[in-house]
Amino acid sequence: MSTHSAKITTPKLIVRDLNFHYGTERALKDVNLTIQEKMVTAFIGPSGCGKSTLLRTFNRMYELYPNQKATGEVLLDGENILDKKQDLNMLRAKVGMVFQKPTPFPMSIYDNIAFGVKLYERLSRYDMDERVEWALSKAALWTEAKDKLKKNGTSLSGGQQQRLCIARAIAVKPQVLLLDEPTSALDPISTAHIEKLINELKTDFTIVIVTHNMQQAARVSDFTAYMYLGNLIEFGDTSSIFTNPKHKETEDYITGRFG
Amino acid sequence: MFELVRESRLKYQYWLDIAFRNVTRLAAFSVLILLLALIGSLIVASLPSIQAFGFGFLKSPEWNPVTDEFGALVPIVGTLVTSAIALLIAIPISFGIAIFLTELSPRWLRRPLGIAIELLAGIPSIIYGMWGLFVFAPLFAEHVQPWLIEKLGPSPLFGPLFQGIPMGVGILTAGIILAIMVIPFIASVMRDVFEIVPTLLKESAYGLGATTWEVMWNVVLPYTKIGVVGGIMLGLGRALGETMAVTFVIGNAHKLSASLLMPGNSISSALANEFNEAVGGLYTSALVELGLILFFITFVVLSMARYMLHRLAKREGT
Amino acid sequence: MLTLYARRRLINALSLGISILAMLFGLFWLGWILWTLLANGLQGLNLNLFTQMTPPPGGEGGLLNAIAGSLMMTFIATLIGTPIGILAGTYLAEFGQRGWLAPATRFINDVLLSAPSIVIGLFVYEIYVIKIGHFSGWAGAFALSIIVIPVVIRTTENMLRLVPNTLREAAAALGTPQWKIINFVTLRAARAGILTGLLLAVARISGETAPLLFTSLNNQFWNSDLNQPMANLPVVIFQFAMSPYADWQSLAWAGALLITASVLTLNILARVLFRQTAPSH
Repeated sequence: MSTHSAKITTPKLIVRDLNFHYGTERALKDVNLTIQEKMVTAFIGPSGCGKSTLLRTFNRMYELYPNQKATGEVLLDGENILDKKQDLNMLRAKVGMVFQKPTPFPMSIYDNIAFGVKLYERLSRYDMDERVEWALSKAALWTEAKDKLKKNGTSLSGGQQQRLCIARAIAVKPQVLLLDEPTSALDPISTAHIEKLINELKTDFTIVIVTHNMQQAARVSDFTAYMYLGNLIEFGDTSSIFTNPKHKETEDYITGRFG
Repeated sequence: MFELVRESRLKYQYWLDIAFRNVTRLAAFSVLILLLALIGSLIVASLPSIQAFGFGFLKSPEWNPVTDEFGALVPIVGTLVTSAIALLIAIPISFGIAIFLTELSPRWLRRPLGIAIELLAGIPSIIYGMWGLFVFAPLFAEHVQPWLIEKLGPSPLFGPLFQGIPMGVGILTAGIILAIMVIPFIASVMRDVFEIVPTLLKESAYGLGATTWEVMWNVVLPYTKIGVVGGIMLGLGRALGETMAVTFVIGNAHKLSASLLMPGNSISSALANEFNEAVGGLYTSALVELGLILFFITFVVLSMARYMLHRLAKREGT
Repeated sequence: MLTLYARRRLINALSLGISILAMLFGLFWLGWILWTLLANGLQGLNLNLFTQMTPPPGGEGGLLNAIAGSLMMTFIATLIGTPIGILAGTYLAEFGQRGWLAPATRFINDVLLSAPSIVIGLFVYEIYVIKIGHFSGWAGAFALSIIVIPVVIRTTENMLRLVPNTLREAAAALGTPQWKIINFVTLRAARAGILTGLLLAVARISGETAPLLFTSLNNQFWNSDLNQPMANLPVVIFQFAMSPYADWQSLAWAGALLITASVLTLNILARVLFRQTAPSH
């Protein structure tokens, strides 16, 4: 227990009274929580509980669709990102995201990485090569991909594609990395790769991961939030949530009696 | 420093986004303008004819360039009758083809056969016309029409439809050529709508011991009814507006006749044959008014077709 | 006396037999038409066809001017129609969730897609040919481009809709501006399908006759000036086939074979291309 209190934490994202609506349906109900810098925070809960919805408010991905609306506050380093004045592209450059299924762009492996970097930085050819290598190495894909950088991103295996997507997300040097069930479409070996990667990446990035796999949450995260029907039921240290849950619902869920 | 570079590029991206969205919007808008311009120009050009003949234009069988008297009845009737014949033949056959392609065909044959039917739809209509005039019409005159005149001519009910001499060209021939043309359109729409029937639904019916025919007739067809009708209307739209296939074989005679074996005229073939030779404002204007009427009829038919297909797709989506 | 079950089986067998006949019936026409084209067109398919101009009645000649005219007008029509079609299709697929413009455009476009092509010829005649006072290659190209646009809009929208939303989200998640997402990610992912649609559009207009009758008309001589009446395969076929001269008729058959072969090749090419590169869905 005492090891956790020894962690030095700084808040990175603060969520205050967050509500979310799909049309008339209320998908998040007065959610409040704080995400600590350079830690891994996991959102767990049964499907439809709002964990992905919550994640998608952090980069306002919901703005792509009509009739989806978030109210309340999400403070990133003290600035409310739900504010109308917040530039979406700027926000998303700071908050990267990796999705359930690998989403390589229809271009070469190299260009997949360079695409995002070129959006905001003008790098020389040499610097760009460096950046691509850096990102691929960070994502533990460099050794496998270095000889086929000109090949199409879709030529990689599923697990490699997902690491490519992680490399693409970190290449733009975001501050926060959102992972939306990043291993749910992968085999166990690739999953292990990615989990190891998450552990290494947290030295540089604040990571928020949505997962339906409780063991995964227990393995990779420092903090865990349990959600149910749009409510944040319990939030705290991962070890205390799993060993000593305060709420009956949380206990039922993690012991497998429910969900 | 890094942040600064980002900020400076953002404004510029913001404007590019707006510019791009508006360019695509303009392109979409131009389609509406196109339609309005089309209808507007046809109305303006047919004004002299509209003023001269009024609604009588629709009812008059007269078509006399010498005396400048024009009526649309003959081509309108020709267009409607040839299209009706085409549908009468095409609907059951397209249904059969669609059943074959969705339920009966062995898997490996499905794709090549589907492509063959779509190729039939791809053949330019002028080819159908030529083939109809040079190959089909002579055979039809020699082998089929005499038989029709002899067997059905005396019948009191259908007799009037099959009078005259076997000439090959005429309303019936045009209808048959049109049928061959629209079969692939209707068949491929039917196949597409049959394929959206959930497998589970079909399997439940088969699970009760229903035969293939019973599944098609009692489950698939009711389920896809709107889509099937939409497909038929789409074929009808094609048939109504078709020019070249009809022009070759309809005979181009401005005469109203009860017999399907006699030559007639359709709106599109009247336009194709006469427009470039039309002299005098009223003659040209009357032809444009014919075009306007044709566009109006097909517009209504196609709108209904799209509405029905859309409703099926929407129900499927929810 | 048949049992109910035997009767059901009989009806089933009968109707399925009829459906097989219907299939054969459809294929029969395809086979017959293609055979007729080969039988009548092959003999006219020689070098002269591609090197000589259309002849006066009774003379020797080829279809060079008509082939060249068709190629030019088809090319220009595609050049005009493609950007408008792709942009409008992009609007429908990417920006069309809100507002009245997208549903209205979609509906009108569907109607234009099957509108009678002769009316389109009439339209271009009224707004262009009358204004400049004579038939011209430009007028023909404009009329054809009005046929291209709806086809390209339709396929562009459909193909963009096949692109999974996750790809758009992934691009957006990097902070990509929307115009870049569309141009460099979604349109790129859909390009095989859009190219297929383009090929189908070209196939469609290369056989169109009706809209050219009142626009480009015909020209017996070589002409590369788009401001003059321009020869083209379909109209030449129409005039020659309807003429009483045997020479002209055999040239018409050769032209018909040529046109059908190229249209069917384009169709097959489009399907092969789409099958090879399209994402399975």
